[in-house]
Amino acid sequence: MGVLENNFKDNVIVASLDKLLGWARSTSPWYFQFGLACCAIEMMAAAASRHDLERIGMMPRSSPRQADVMIVAGTVTMKMALRVKKLYEQMADPKYVISMGSCATSGGPYWQHGYHVLKGVDLIVPVDVYIPGCPPRPESLIEGLLKLQEKIQTERPLTRKSV
Amino acid sequence: MTFAEIKATIEKQYPGSVLENEGLGDHQVELKGEQWIEIATYMKTDPTLCFDQLECITGVDTGEEGPLQSRYNLHSMEHRHKIEVVICHDRKNPKVASIEQLWRIGDWFERETYDMFGIVYEGHRDLRRILCPDDWEGWPLRKDYEGQESYHGIIVPKIKEEEGWE
Repeated sequence: MGVLENNFKDNVIVASLDKLLGWARSTSPWYFQFGLACCAIEMMAAAASRHDLERIGMMPRSSPRQADVMIVAGTVTMKMALRVKKLYEQMADPKYVISMGSCATSGGPYWQHGYHVLKGVDLIVPVDVYIPGCPPRPESLIEGLLKLQEKIQTERPLTRKSV
Repeated sequence: MTFAEIKATIEKQYPGSVLENEGLGDHQVELKGEQWIEIATYMKTDPTLCFDQLECITGVDTGEEGPLQSRYNLHSMEHRHKIEVVICHDRKNPKVASIEQLWRIGDWFERETYDMFGIVYEGHRDLRRILCPDDWEGWPLRKDYEGQESYHGIIVPKIKEEEGWE
């Protein structure tokens, strides 16, 4: 993937540095600020003062180049699917995807007759955390983000052998 | 003006243009498609009718045997009366004159009806899809529409009513 991976041997310094990197990455995953449907309203509510995502280090960025996490918040139509894929490809590594709500996860209410709806965003991009709900409350989103932070923390970019 | 008076005025100006249709409700009138642009111009400019506002254009698919329909909701700000004009099209070759240059709001309405039903509005200056992507196949709101199997390499899973995932 990058210069960090597969270039270091296991020893106590590298392992400690690895933990530090995991901590640093996990505590400030900036998310990509874009919403597709009503889930985006809940995402905005989560970012606003009552729930305040910035206290867990989440900061909205309006450019895919600066973002670490893409929160797919809402119904992904076929027309939008190509754009979502392009935006994901424009993000810099390491990058993570959260599928927020039932539309992004499985097509939601459009799963049977929605000819224009992508039946799950995992058909086009790899998803790290799925959040159920229609739409999920901000608490659910925060729960999902904390799960993602746990996941990032356990990654070991320096000593990891794969990828 | 009442609905009957509006209908009589149009019939008087353009004899034979008003068609009988039992299936229509109140305030709906079926007109012949051939003269539509002349009738529309008359309906907008005539001081007694004065339909200065086009509220909506939509399409209706009446099933395999029946025709496709364009429906125009017209309203007069001045006289406070309204009417719904129905124009039937041949299913194989649906087309009608565009009123896009008469009521400018008709531009997007006609594009949407074209996008969903494939009704061609002749004389429209920019008739292309408005909601679906440009390379979309088929007319989604027609009753015989079959969804695409894949779109740009993305597989669209088909789900049947009773059996679940196909």
